Amino acid sequence: MSAPGEDPRVYPDHQPLPDQPHWRQDFPTDVPDDDHVARREFVKFLVLTSGAFAAGQCWLALAGPAPARGPFPRTRVATAIELEDRRVIEFRYPDEHEPCLALSLGPGRYVAYGQKCSHLACAVIPRLDRGELHCPCHNGSFEAEGGRPVAGPPRRPLPLVHLEVADGVVYATGFEPRTI
Amino acid sequence: MPADMEFFVDPHRCIGCRACEHACAECETHKGHSMIHIEYIERSTSVQTVPVVCMHCQSPTCADVCPADAIKRSADGRVMTARKPRCIACSNCVLACPFGVPKMMSEFDLMMKCDMCYDRTSTGRKPMCATVCPSGALTYGPRTEVEALRKRSKPSNTFRFGEQTITTKVHMMVPRDRPAAHLDVTAALDDRPAAGLIALNVLVDGPTVEEVR
Repeated sequence: MSAPGEDPRVYPDHQPLPDQPHWRQDFPTDVPDDDHVARREFVKFLVLTSGAFAAGQCWLALAGPAPARGPFPRTRVATAIELEDRRVIEFRYPDEHEPCLALSLGPGRYVAYGQKCSHLACAVIPRLDRGELHCPCHNGSFEAEGGRPVAGPPRRPLPLVHLEVADGVVYATGFEPRTI
Repeated sequence: MPADMEFFVDPHRCIGCRACEHACAECETHKGHSMIHIEYIERSTSVQTVPVVCMHCQSPTCADVCPADAIKRSADGRVMTARKPRCIACSNCVLACPFGVPKMMSEFDLMMKCDMCYDRTSTGRKPMCATVCPSGALTYGPRTEVEALRKRSKPSNTFRFGEQTITTKVHMMVPRDRPAAHLDVTAALDDRPAAGLIALNVLVDGPTVEEVR
C-alpha cells in the first residue's frame, strides 16, 4: 500500500508483512509506519514544556511591564457639556501612546478607561446602548460602568483613568492599570 | 528524491583520493565527521580502494538488530542515522551491517551513518560525495545515462552475506560481460588473492580466482 515514489519494504524471507513475526509489526522500520512515541521522549516533552511554562510565569512576575506610576499630568479632556453632548470622547493619556475613552453615563456621571483591551490590546469600541465596551478581536466585552470584563477572553478590567471636573471642564488626573 | 535518480558505486574507478570523505565531512548535519570511508582491498599488494557508502538495504539488517528501535527507513527507502533520543549506543548495528557502514560516534553516544545526503537529494541535488568524485566511482543519476556511459559495466544490487541475500537501493557496477546472480560480501575474507592479483572471488557465478589465473 505504498504510494508512488515509495520503496516498499522487502523482508529477508520475501514473505509479506502478515506472515512476518509479530515484532516486525510492533516495531516497523519504515518511518511512515512508525507512530510510536517513546516514553523517554514523552516524559522529556512533558518536563520541558511544563518547565518552560513555569519559568515563563516567574519571568512575567519578575520582569513584566511595570505599572505606570505617577505623577500624572492634569490634562484637559473636554468640557462637561461637550462630553455629555457627544457621550464618548477619545483622548490620549498620560502620553500619546495610550488611547483612552471618556464616557458620559448620565448627567454628571463621567468615567474614562484606557482603550486597549486587557486581552491582546485591541481597541475597544463603545456600545453605550448596551452599556458595554466591545472588543471586536475576540468578542470580549467590558461593562461601561466599571470597565470590568463581562464576556469573552479578557480577564482583567480596562485601565481606569481618574477624572476631575472643575468649572465645567473635565480633566484627566491619573491612570491606573488594574489586575482585579 | 526523483524516482529515476539512483546511486552507483563503481569500485574499479576509485583512485583513493578521499575527496568524498572531505566533502562528506563538510556537511552541516555532521560537520567534521565523514560518513563515507575508503576501504583498501588488499593493501599489501595493491593500491586499489573502494568507497563505502550506505547501500540502503531494502531489509536493513542494522534496523532489524536495533534493540532500541532507533534506525528508521524513509518512505523512499533510505536508511537514516539512528534517532538521537532512542539510540543507546550499543553498537549492534555496527556489528551487524554486512557492509561496515554504521559508525559509532562515542562522543555523541550515537550511531551515525550515510543517509545519501537526505537534505540534498530530497531537493533534487546530488549527494556530496557524488558531486566531488573526480573519477566517477560515485555516480548519482538516471540509470539509462549511467548504462549508456559505462559500456563495460552494469549495475547490480543483489548481495550475498553468508546465508542472507541482500537487495539494496545503491547499485554496485559489475562487469557487463560476466553476469553474476549476486556479489558475495564475505568472499574476500575467505579467498585471499595471490600476490599481484587483485581480482577477488566476489562475483558469484563468474570466474574464480583460479580461472583468471
